[in-house]
Amino acid sequence: MNTASLPLPGWITYGLIPLINLVLAFFFSGLVVWFIGENPFDALALMLEGALGSGEGIGFTLYYATNFIFTGLSVAVAIHAGLFNIGSEGQAYIGGLGAALVALALDRYVPWYVTMPFAIAGAAIFGAAWAFIPAFLQAKRGSHIVITTIMFNFIGAALMVYLLVNVLIVPGKMAPETRTFLEGGQLPKLDWLMALFGLKLGPAPFNVSFLIALAMCLVVWLLVWRTKLGYEMRTLGISPTAAVYAGIPYSRTVIIAMLISGGLAGMMALNPVLGASARLQVEFVGGAGFVGIAVSLMGRNHPAGIILAAILFGILYQGGDWVSFEMPNITREMIVVIQGLVILFAGALEYMCRPALARLYYSMAKRGV
Amino acid sequence: MSQAPANERAAIELVGIDKKFGAVHANKNINLSVAKGSIHGIIGENGAGKSTLMSILYGFYHADSGEIRIDGKPVAIRDSQAAIAAGIGMVHQHFMLVENFTVLENLMLGAEGGMLLKGGVTRARGELKRLASDYGLEVDPDAVVEELAVGLQQRVEILKAMYRGAEILILDEPTGVLTPAEADHLFRILKVLRDQGKTVILITHKLREIMAITDTVSVMRRGEMVATRKTSETTVEELAELMVGRRVLLRVEKGAANPGAVVLSVKNLTVKDGRGVTMVDNVSFDVRAGEIVGIAGVAGNGQSELLEAISGIRPPTSGEILIDGIPIGRADPARLRDLGLAHIPEDRHHMGLVLRFEEYENAILGYHRDPKYGGMFLDLDAIRKDAVDKIEKYDIRPPNPRLKTANFSGGNQQKIVVAREIERDPKLLLIGQPTRGVDIGAIEFIHRRIIDMRDAGKAQLLVSVELDEIRALSDRILVMFAGQIVGEKTADAGEQTLGLMMAGIAA
Repeated sequence: MNTASLPLPGWITYGLIPLINLVLAFFFSGLVVWFIGENPFDALALMLEGALGSGEGIGFTLYYATNFIFTGLSVAVAIHAGLFNIGSEGQAYIGGLGAALVALALDRYVPWYVTMPFAIAGAAIFGAAWAFIPAFLQAKRGSHIVITTIMFNFIGAALMVYLLVNVLIVPGKMAPETRTFLEGGQLPKLDWLMALFGLKLGPAPFNVSFLIALAMCLVVWLLVWRTKLGYEMRTLGISPTAAVYAGIPYSRTVIIAMLISGGLAGMMALNPVLGASARLQVEFVGGAGFVGIAVSLMGRNHPAGIILAAILFGILYQGGDWVSFEMPNITREMIVVIQGLVILFAGALEYMCRPALARLYYSMAKRGV
Repeated sequence: MSQAPANERAAIELVGIDKKFGAVHANKNINLSVAKGSIHGIIGENGAGKSTLMSILYGFYHADSGEIRIDGKPVAIRDSQAAIAAGIGMVHQHFMLVENFTVLENLMLGAEGGMLLKGGVTRARGELKRLASDYGLEVDPDAVVEELAVGLQQRVEILKAMYRGAEILILDEPTGVLTPAEADHLFRILKVLRDQGKTVILITHKLREIMAITDTVSVMRRGEMVATRKTSETTVEELAELMVGRRVLLRVEKGAANPGAVVLSVKNLTVKDGRGVTMVDNVSFDVRAGEIVGIAGVAGNGQSELLEAISGIRPPTSGEILIDGIPIGRADPARLRDLGLAHIPEDRHHMGLVLRFEEYENAILGYHRDPKYGGMFLDLDAIRKDAVDKIEKYDIRPPNPRLKTANFSGGNQQKIVVAREIERDPKLLLIGQPTRGVDIGAIEFIHRRIIDMRDAGKAQLLVSVELDEIRALSDRILVMFAGQIVGEKTADAGEQTLGLMMAGIAA
């Protein structure tokens, strides 16, 4: 029986189905944990405690979530224009260069709130610039954006290592990183926000970037659903032939969408570079760009969904660290397996449960339940 | 309400079939009896429930209640495998063929018979030969499907059903893609099948076909089976009235045209498609204000590319297009809209509409940059008000601008496009297949609008594969064959004359 075309109410599509997928993911993760001889319920309790059990835990969870909100938005904007941007990782990395250069130039002279807008601009411009070349090649030459953005991740990584080892390194030091920014180049932590809820942030690097990320969610929502540019992007994304018919310029729309996507990815760098470590380090992105793909998929490319999905992945990251610390049997790699299962069930197998639920829903509706 | 004659032996009977999709009651207590060895037509407007009923018969949907009987015995059709086992074969409107397989390979698909292909191939080849001689279904078994003409591809679909032992053959809008000659050939095949004892169910909205070929006809309206008639005892007018529920004008009334100045001028236009094949070959013509110029031709003879070139979608290879005497050069569709061109595209699903958009979003497609719909931001109030106005004026149902466009019926989708393009009050309107897949009540409405546009002094270029439509609307008819305009006729030219020209035989 064909159920794909049957409409389901919103609470099932956006509430129940993601919830069931999540439960399934945790169930299979639990099996994995059980196989290696640990108690899955203990592991789950540890994970939740580590991620949400203290002000510090929550601070770390939201710190990670901030990264994922930026990269999730980056992926989502591109998807709305029909482009699969795998390059958020590299764009964030290069964005870090832009943010760091601004901080290095200004931190001596001005307070953080003067540096911040320039750092945002620097991160966004550098990230956008790194997205521009693949975008241009897609728009004008038809080079597939998936391939080119993957390649640009590698090029970006190599370029950053070169710059950090040979150019930006502090003379006489061994570590490939810039000098530590002064206070004028750091984004302050959000102790006051945690204090509102009676929580202590402790050493967690939860900082102003989180608020910037929330603001970007609003900006992206406005862009996609309330502007004419967003309308053109969505038209192109859903139906390229209708876009041609409507006179929507392909090259221009592709390039603008990718610039915005790259800019959002670049802004992710604010969080670790200016917010957490106050310096530019090698591999500071740490896979957040790829997690952004899962976050965007799971959040159905909508800012509200992306915030929720980003927090879920924040919990997995922070709670996972905690579990691997407390249960030596469960290594860092096991945590990656569990994250992989969540991505599999929430993202890739999104529609696995839908047919059964649709049948159940319609048979119950028929009986007038 | 009359029932089918019960004295003949029924090949298939539907008893009390009922199906709801949420609030939509798609099939209400349907009773139908199809006599063995007959051709039974089922007609109804889009959304009347024909497709749902046939999907239930073929196992795509389950009826909420009711019974299906084949040769008098109740059967449960859980999926299409069960339908095939029960002897039901289906030829879909959109072919389900693997295009780069040969005819033989398509025939065997799903019935390969074992790990190795060799035995199956020999059996299929023999069976194909037998089917070809028994029913006049000749096709080269080793031809690759994508290289076959559309009519022959359809024949492969029929062969597929017969190869699986179908006793009851269901055809869903089979002539939509065929030339008149191919349609005639199909009808001959169907008659042979009937005479050999097979049962044929023909779903269509074309009344002429019903009259030409069926023995019995059932009419559906709004989910109900409203009447069943012997074809010989009914008329086109009665069937149309049963379908729509009111009297309809089958041919739009119009006065004489009053052509004015030349609005569109095409000079020596040549257009190549993506593969470099010349689709429009050195074509020249004019369209004047206040006249409708129709382009007749079998699908695929360059009409689509001609429309795309004039509307700025596909750049011409050479030649010139002038609007009001001014060459448009390489103007894109947006610029041409500013110049007063509107375009009802041939394919509303891929061009005219974004099916996943809400209705109001489609009501501005192509005109979304107009300042009256906002500056940088979309002025949603203005856009929705505009959409509601068009919904009222064009009686688009359901009247809900927030409904997803895919959830409107074909006729109402087409009305969304027609309303959008005509309400811009363009001076030049390009019209491609204005009523493809549109029900008879909406056809009347759309034809009326087109004539009104003409009487308001607009220039219109009409492309349609429905010769009846071209003849009913056009003031002048140009016939296209193999990319060239092979002749011009007035609207009263005979169907046969035009048909021969369309086939490239006469000029």
